[in-house]
Amino acid sequence: MRLTCPLCGERDSREFYYQGAASMLNRPPADAAGQEWHSYMHLRDNPAGEVRDLWYHQDGCGSWLVVSRNTVTHHISSVDLIGAQNAG
Amino acid sequence: MRFSALKVLKEGLTGNKGWQPHWRNPEPKAEYDAVIIGGGGHGLSTAYYLAKEHGLSNIAVLEKGYLGGGNVGRNTTIVRANYYLPGNSEFYSHSLKLWEGLEQDLNYNVMHSQRGIINLFHSDGQRDAAVRRGNAMINQGDDAHLLSREEVRAKLPYLDFDNARFPIYGGLYHPRGGTARHDAVAWGYARGADQRGVDLIQNCEVTGIDVENGKVVGVQTTRGPIRAKKVGMVTAGRSSQVAQMAGMRLPIESHILQAYVTEGLKPVIDHVVTFGMSHFYISQSDKGGLVFGGDLDFYASYAARGNLPGKEQVMEAAMALMPMIGKARVLRSWGGIMDMSPDGSPIIDKTHIDGLFLNTGWCYGGFKAVPGSGFAMAHLMATGRPHASGEKLRLDRFETGRGLMDEEGTGAQHNLH
Repeated sequence: MRLTCPLCGERDSREFYYQGAASMLNRPPADAAGQEWHSYMHLRDNPAGEVRDLWYHQDGCGSWLVVSRNTVTHHISSVDLIGAQNAG
Repeated sequence: MRFSALKVLKEGLTGNKGWQPHWRNPEPKAEYDAVIIGGGGHGLSTAYYLAKEHGLSNIAVLEKGYLGGGNVGRNTTIVRANYYLPGNSEFYSHSLKLWEGLEQDLNYNVMHSQRGIINLFHSDGQRDAAVRRGNAMINQGDDAHLLSREEVRAKLPYLDFDNARFPIYGGLYHPRGGTARHDAVAWGYARGADQRGVDLIQNCEVTGIDVENGKVVGVQTTRGPIRAKKVGMVTAGRSSQVAQMAGMRLPIESHILQAYVTEGLKPVIDHVVTFGMSHFYISQSDKGGLVFGGDLDFYASYAARGNLPGKEQVMEAAMALMPMIGKARVLRSWGGIMDMSPDGSPIIDKTHIDGLFLNTGWCYGGFKAVPGSGFAMAHLMATGRPHASGEKLRLDRFETGRGLMDEEGTGAQHNLH
């Protein structure tokens, strides 16, 4: 699997650290209810199909990336810097 | 039809013409007392124990593919009870006891082989952790022996003891651990359930879960609607999709775990051996193939196949631990869909919907749990109360933070197990 980092170009997936669902960008406010934090921390849509994931280019430029990917085919349709689009 | 040595001999002498199918292939009925979604190891064992322990016979197992075609047919077949934390400890201990009586109970040869597991350690810190884990196992009533480096050498002379980075300091030996023939476990439970009247319905995908007034009333399937008083969701890597039909979001991410088999070799690895400095475990099947695996690929996936970095990491670990393995040729590899929970431990619990039960979160460890999981799930579904062995496998532990079972001590977070 290869990811095309917007800053570094196409790179081997070994260079990247996988964080998980991009819903992690939607951090609740500090005073949010426990249920909301639980949902943010633990609950996942976990779809078989298109997902948006957070990856970190740890052996490259150090950017956090939002990767649109298919979990059934491993096809990657886009890789964006997290600042380049609206979170979530 | 009962299996016995005499029967095998008789059939062998008469052309093997007297064997019969191990289970019926019934049409689904309009209504059941209980429906199990998922005809894998856990679903079949749940149905079996519901019938055997709780006297229910009007049960169906609904399987979208064929029985045992998922993770129970694609794993590294390791059976053990070497857990550390309360919750896991008593659960896997109970499961191992069920394993030890399983072949007689099922009248089925699951080739359960208690060849022993040796978890190697490679530093003083790991030795301390192994001592602590061994004591926890002994406190649970199971078996654990700390092996010195020379005792390990006597059992496993083929290891690289003086690897510059990962010298072997010793091992934690769990003699009752071992392996079993994975497919036979599914088939044995299927046959046992079928004999007790359970309808095993294959090629029947559940497409909806019917809920009325907060109570489950049945399921929609590709073979028509089926009414049910109780429904158990036992679908491992597909748990999130099934639970979504009931409006639930689960604390589950599905990941790939790859495993590998070499060509058949003469007996060379007599135990299950695990490498302490990299996630790697190996045993030799009765057919001679070396069966081994390592870590997840570490990204969410339903592809049921992995990528090369995962393979490379496992092969490197194998070569570091036992250089002789370099002469073996890998025959095949495959990937299973793991239902990863945030703390790396399983869930057997009720849901917010009356009559709907959840069994998921088996992570890497589902195979050894097959008997214990079915037993605890059946108890919960039949009585409405958790069985003592599974009462800590609660769904709400992530929300409350109470009773998290994070064996690795890395934190109850999705990307850490």
